[in-house]
Amino acid sequence: MYAMREAIAGVRRAPVLIGLSSGMVGMALFVVGLFSLATYNLQIALAAIEERVEVVVYLRDDARQSEIDHLLGELADYPEVSRVNYVSKRDALERAQRELPEFGQLFVDAEVNPLPQSLEVELRPGNRTPDVVERIARGARNYPFVEDALYGEEWVDRLFALRRIGFASTAVLGAAFALVAALIIGTALRIAIFARREEIYIMRLVGARNGFIRRPFILEGAMAGLAGGILAIVLTYTTYRGVYAYLFEVAWIPGGWVGIGLLAGALFGAASSGVAIRRHLREV
Amino acid sequence: MIKLTHVSKEYPKRGYALHDVSFHLKKAEFAFLTGHSGSGKSTTMSLIHMADYPTSGEVRVSGFSSARMTGRDLWKVRRRVGMVFQDFRLLPGRSALENVALVLEVTGTPRKAIQPKANRLLDQVGLSGKAGALVEELSGGERQRVAIARALANDPYILLADEPTGNLDDRATRGILDLFWDINATGMAVLMATHDLELIRRYPHARLFELDQGKLVYDSAAADTEAS
Repeated sequence: MYAMREAIAGVRRAPVLIGLSSGMVGMALFVVGLFSLATYNLQIALAAIEERVEVVVYLRDDARQSEIDHLLGELADYPEVSRVNYVSKRDALERAQRELPEFGQLFVDAEVNPLPQSLEVELRPGNRTPDVVERIARGARNYPFVEDALYGEEWVDRLFALRRIGFASTAVLGAAFALVAALIIGTALRIAIFARREEIYIMRLVGARNGFIRRPFILEGAMAGLAGGILAIVLTYTTYRGVYAYLFEVAWIPGGWVGIGLLAGALFGAASSGVAIRRHLREV
Repeated sequence: MIKLTHVSKEYPKRGYALHDVSFHLKKAEFAFLTGHSGSGKSTTMSLIHMADYPTSGEVRVSGFSSARMTGRDLWKVRRRVGMVFQDFRLLPGRSALENVALVLEVTGTPRKAIQPKANRLLDQVGLSGKAGALVEELSGGERQRVAIARALANDPYILLADEPTGNLDDRATRGILDLFWDINATGMAVLMATHDLELIRRYPHARLFELDQGKLVYDSAAADTEAS
């Protein structure tokens, strides 16, 4: 109760200093916010590409219906497979005429439908990896009535290499940004604490326990961090609206990320303040 | 109450600030600690207040030994020793009442009891009408009285005063000294550091310690014993 009262009073007594601390925290977290926005949209873009990863099993024209049904059942039994669609020669031709209109006349003129019947194997999210598609394709190729099983080996490999690079750079850059933000927040709050060194000294002088001195400062740090977090979200959202309106379509980060950002701001603030006051108490 | 046994304090660059100082201040005693600038008065006060620790020897204050004191236990001794400084060390931007109330809040006094007790303390030091005044609005003498009220808030056994009248005029100085005597009359030990010999002469009944270049060169109690 005293800690909360003192923390609020501390903000009232030095609004400019606390405002500056919150501003610095806000700018540090704004960089993290922009990075999150970019990361999230990169994730969406990669996920959209990844969704298109599937195995297409091309069947010979003389494959019997019972053999096709058997293979369809076998493929559907893979735990990683979500759905298997049978595409007949006629369906394949119709689709080609629809999706490739520039070759439309060619398909009409052909006396025989050149396109093979096939099974399109869709995979569950999280299973669209090179290993899984390779395994399913290899299994399908064992059947004598299967002409070939393809999955765009080269671009699947590239996609996953890109994903790995994206994940690694997100982790490294995210950690670096978080570290820089923590250092800035720590410095801002240390300045605020240094400005109140006399108060800390006097509290020690009159017999305050360390915990009693620390609590209001930790709360004040949490409040400054939270205010900085809110500022960072406002700035990130403004940037997002600007990019969306004038540059290209982007998605706003999920609510959970916003919540984590606010919580991180408050926690960073509290922790940085706690470390700074602990160090200061050792010196006075 | 306060016992210094062969206390020395050496600083790496400055050398010895105190050298083999021993004395014992008993309960309800009033003593002056005097000496020229740099004689070791402030070092002695800060060792008694355990703001610093001796290089050798032992300082015992109200049962606490400097040899066993840790930063975590410092608050225990601070609550038994009230301290008054030359520069008051009050919190600016806060009223006289808030400065005194801070100590009571720090020591966990129930909230309802804080204001009445802070008012009573201000009344005791003659500032009943100035409770709401900001520190900046008070004169030097009044500020020192607020500092004394704050030092008394923990009901300490000992009151330490480091040059408390150094920034005050003669009239305010006399007022503060009278206040110390009144406090001492309640049974509290008072140790006041001052270089003002004129002031000391006005109170011949007080015990007197004199330091010179870090050494205790005079203790009036020991001199009386020798004389008798």
